[in-house]
Amino acid sequence: MATSTRKEDKQDERAQDAADEQASNEQAEKQQDDADAAAMANGQPDGEASDDDQPDAESDDIAEQAQDEKPQGEASGEDDSDEEPQDANDESPAGKPIDVPGEASLEVEFNTYPANSYAHDDLGFEEDDLIEIYRNMLLQRRFEERCRQMYQRQKISGFLHLYIGQEAVSTGSIQAIGLGEDTVITAYRDHGMALAMGMEPDACMAELFGKETGVSKGKGGSMHFFDAERRMFGGHGIVGAGVPLGAGIAFAHKYRGDDEICLCFFGDGAVNQGAFHEAANLAGLYDLPVVLICENNQYGMGTHIDRAMAESKVYRHAVSYDMPGGVANGMDVFSVNKAVRDHVEMAREGQPSLLELKTYRYQGHSISDPAKYRAEGELEGQQEQDAIARLHKYMLDEDLASEDALDEIDDEVKQETKDAIEFAEESDLPDEEAIYDDVYSEDDYPFLMR
Amino acid sequence: MPELQLREAIRAAMTEEMERDEDIFLMGEEVAEYNGAYKVSKGMLDQFGPERIIDTPISENGFAGLGLGAAMNGLRPIIEFMTFNFSFVAFDQVVNNAPNIRYMSGGQFKLPIVFRGPNGAAGQLAATHSNSTESLYSNFPGLKVVSPSNPDDAKGLLKTAIRNDDPVIFLESELMYGLKGEVSDEDDYTIPMGAARVAREGEDVTILAHSKSYHVAMEAAEALDEEGYDAEVIDPRTIKPLDLETIARSVKKTNRLVVVDESNPFASFASEVTHQIQDEAFDFLDAPIARVTAPDTPAPYAPNLMDEYMPSAEEIVAEAKRVMYVE
Repeated sequence: MATSTRKEDKQDERAQDAADEQASNEQAEKQQDDADAAAMANGQPDGEASDDDQPDAESDDIAEQAQDEKPQGEASGEDDSDEEPQDANDESPAGKPIDVPGEASLEVEFNTYPANSYAHDDLGFEEDDLIEIYRNMLLQRRFEERCRQMYQRQKISGFLHLYIGQEAVSTGSIQAIGLGEDTVITAYRDHGMALAMGMEPDACMAELFGKETGVSKGKGGSMHFFDAERRMFGGHGIVGAGVPLGAGIAFAHKYRGDDEICLCFFGDGAVNQGAFHEAANLAGLYDLPVVLICENNQYGMGTHIDRAMAESKVYRHAVSYDMPGGVANGMDVFSVNKAVRDHVEMAREGQPSLLELKTYRYQGHSISDPAKYRAEGELEGQQEQDAIARLHKYMLDEDLASEDALDEIDDEVKQETKDAIEFAEESDLPDEEAIYDDVYSEDDYPFLMR
Repeated sequence: MPELQLREAIRAAMTEEMERDEDIFLMGEEVAEYNGAYKVSKGMLDQFGPERIIDTPISENGFAGLGLGAAMNGLRPIIEFMTFNFSFVAFDQVVNNAPNIRYMSGGQFKLPIVFRGPNGAAGQLAATHSNSTESLYSNFPGLKVVSPSNPDDAKGLLKTAIRNDDPVIFLESELMYGLKGEVSDEDDYTIPMGAARVAREGEDVTILAHSKSYHVAMEAAEALDEEGYDAEVIDPRTIKPLDLETIARSVKKTNRLVVVDESNPFASFASEVTHQIQDEAFDFLDAPIARVTAPDTPAPYAPNLMDEYMPSAEEIVAEAKRVMYVE
């Protein structure tokens, strides 16, 4: 793992890079500002905004520009601007020759977490923990199988994106954080994450049914599950739009100086959005305590990642943002857990990172997608490495649970899911007046159009 | 009362609020080391340090979203757009995240954030740099839109906006940053949103105008006065919430309304007010409601075309006379 050395190198490189960038940006910005100031000067309406500051601003800029153009090393004693530190020009590399190395190469190490590489005791899990992990993954699966059924019975409407196949990602990740303290944000395929975070199946199903007892009071639906108490920051429907939010959630941790970190999940499709790259850059720039986790299920809707991403090894994008990258097998809950733990540790030390969890969704993009774009045998091949079946086998092989005990868990989660449906059925739809609730902070927002 | 420039009044509001509440920070392009592209945040880096006055890369979608995430997690960000033209790069965050997250989370997450910066045309900057965004942003339920015309209102309203628990779009003006005016030095000076100001009382015609257009409207009112017509001028100060009551009361007195707004006219603030007032005061109107807006074109560059583009006092006078049925 090259993490620690990278972190130290980074400081020096950053200082130099920052200086270089500042120099070139300053020139460009000053030209822009001069243009702005000139335009403003002739654009003033008669009789108002006689802006005596504009000429000042303009002349300041010209003075600054003139200083920048001086060869480096010349005295800055003529600097008559009291806004700039006296030694600003000495530190500025303006005037230094452009530095292009004679040879350039890039060698980067990444953390990898293949399947079947970790045993439960390596990770400090006891038998009881394993039972809970198994139960949680199975709950997600049974819950979503019922969701599909309820959609077909028209109890659930709108978009329904199922998580089936990806359960090791949610459960393995949440087992690596302080639940209720650390923060989590994810995209629209969010039911699994909600259940992994301990959100009640009853309230989750009720949300899908559009009931007032739902996790978002029937206002969010499938794609917008929230739970402030468990620090689940949503459920975000627009591809990539949650990633800047994740950076901001982490920013608040750093700003307050608390010890918490943010897990920011997004799909492989989001990596092709500008929002991801802007957020990753800001995270790297500000050293935000965030783990950017790409849940790579290999398809953005119906388009395979190889047809959508020029560099489709997602973890390699970390290099662009000066952060460690890692890749784990997302079909093995132990590999996921180990990977997320390592990356959470970095985040707690103020080092953001990018972690790719390679997984697979068994269903189509949404309930209406028959997924005919898959190659023949592709789904079946993926299902052979199913995360739940893997853990099932592991526990039997290692003599950690009996077949009967695991069957009993299945019966329990099936019952829990049935109960959730009953709860959702019996709950009321929101009161019609609720359409006006929670638009603004004021209850009697005065000019809401009705 | 001290006389401040608009930029100083905005700075004073931010400074006072940041002194009061440590959860407030200012973030944007050139806000810190450069002292603000328009010097609004001048000196704030020295006072508050780089943890609270934060320069960003040119990355509007990224830092607008970062601000929203920070707001969801308990902070109260002030996000400066160098101009609101650049807010379009962050459109998804501003219109699809900011106003919706409270609602979609069933009220679990509040987003106390202010997006502020200059709005509207600022001389010959051509179309991409001359957009007026008030009509656009006020179309999204969940956003509040404030657009003051003078330093005192700017200070009082910005302090209110910063304390508010909802996302507020706070629209300033490049051309007015140097505008001077007396500003209250009351300790805790705030102005509520949704309270219009009757700037000039009159009997013959009501003129509604905000931000830069307000000053053009006042000029027109003086010109009308010289011809013996008594115009009432109302500055709405906030676009949303809108103080419809004050406008309607005035129209019921004068029976005539001219709405001035430098935005483009189609589906605009001016058209919304026109609808609201015909609904509220139809029987009181003695003439159709008139609008003076930018034409339905992008903003041009050439000086004569730009003069033509902006609402002028002459146009306002002409429209006021038209609704008063006088020559």
